[in-house]
Amino acid sequence: MAELDTSGGGKHKGGKVRTKKKATRVDLTAMVDLAFLLITFFILTTTLSKPKAMELIMPDKDDLTKQQLPVPATRTMTLLLGNNNKLEWFVGEPGKSQPTVIGYGKEDLRKVLIDQDKAIKLTHNGQGMIVVVKPSAQSTYENVVAVMDELNITGIDSRAIVDITPVEIGLLKRDGLYK
Amino acid sequence: MPRVKVARKSTAIDMTAMCDVAFLLLTFFILSAKPKTQDPTKIGIPAATIIGPIPEVDFSTILIGQGKVFFNVEGDDVRKKTLEIMGDKYKIAFTPDEKNAFAGVESFGLPIAQLKGFLDMDPKQRATFPQPGIFVDTTNTNELYDWVHSARLADKYLHDKELKIGIKGDSKEEYPTVQKVISSLQKQKVDRFNLITALKSK
Repeated sequence: MAELDTSGGGKHKGGKVRTKKKATRVDLTAMVDLAFLLITFFILTTTLSKPKAMELIMPDKDDLTKQQLPVPATRTMTLLLGNNNKLEWFVGEPGKSQPTVIGYGKEDLRKVLIDQDKAIKLTHNGQGMIVVVKPSAQSTYENVVAVMDELNITGIDSRAIVDITPVEIGLLKRDGLYK
Repeated sequence: MPRVKVARKSTAIDMTAMCDVAFLLLTFFILSAKPKTQDPTKIGIPAATIIGPIPEVDFSTILIGQGKVFFNVEGDDVRKKTLEIMGDKYKIAFTPDEKNAFAGVESFGLPIAQLKGFLDMDPKQRATFPQPGIFVDTTNTNELYDWVHSARLADKYLHDKELKIGIKGDSKEEYPTVQKVISSLQKQKVDRFNLITALKSK
């Protein structure tokens, strides 16, 4: 749509030589084209969404021996993270209670956490559940993040990430969650 | 009866307003643009629902991917100071040129012994150099421990703030590598850190 200069270009015969009056309008098409090209480029290259993060607080290793409160085993729930995006959970001491194998989904882990928290609050005068997360060597980082996120969603604040014990690896092996 | 003539309109449109808008947007995007930083290894971060913003200054990121660990600290001045402290600790003298080069390096994953050679390369070579990752284990003397410690000292010295630490791990990374990183952080009493995640809907 560029404007073409169609005003006469020939010389007037015999007349005075006049300077041609030029239009003050500038053709902006090319400029707009360029501007939009650059806009497109910058839109595509900018990262508008800033990275976000989940806060993780680990228990202080040194304080663990100094000030430990006696906690009944019936209040603790242990999550053992195995391979293939599966985990198993049990309440109480390992070996005494049978673990259940579940997945990380909304219907699995979250439901179990909410149910168990409710049940423990009923039997322990409103004291909440303590969750011990034990990732095995074959679980992925994603699994740990997923568990911590579910704990955040369900509002269970007493939790800790603890190293797994051989007994618990044995449990995972038995249920086919560890090779 | 005279024929009704349709007035011929010029096909040229006034583009002034369009041009104004285009340049306004362009200015906005140029000013808000922050070039994407290229991670030295491919990392797909996991998603989580409850997350908060991370700081842009006084922040350090530990990248974990494919079993390798990379380290980055924000801010050119902090980076330089970190390298100086590390140089003192490992008895390696870095030249001012190398320090300047290090200030421009985003994430790196090299044993400190190889770092001098890496910084002497030109930026193009550096981009394609295969980085083996920072050595990390569960002892007190691993290099990642020293890097984090030096960065914390540098940040405290320059800005008088506590350096915050973020972990950016690949979703498929197996837990032992993450555990080694976390335990070397806990060795220096850093019990609070950020796991960098993407947003997931409930």
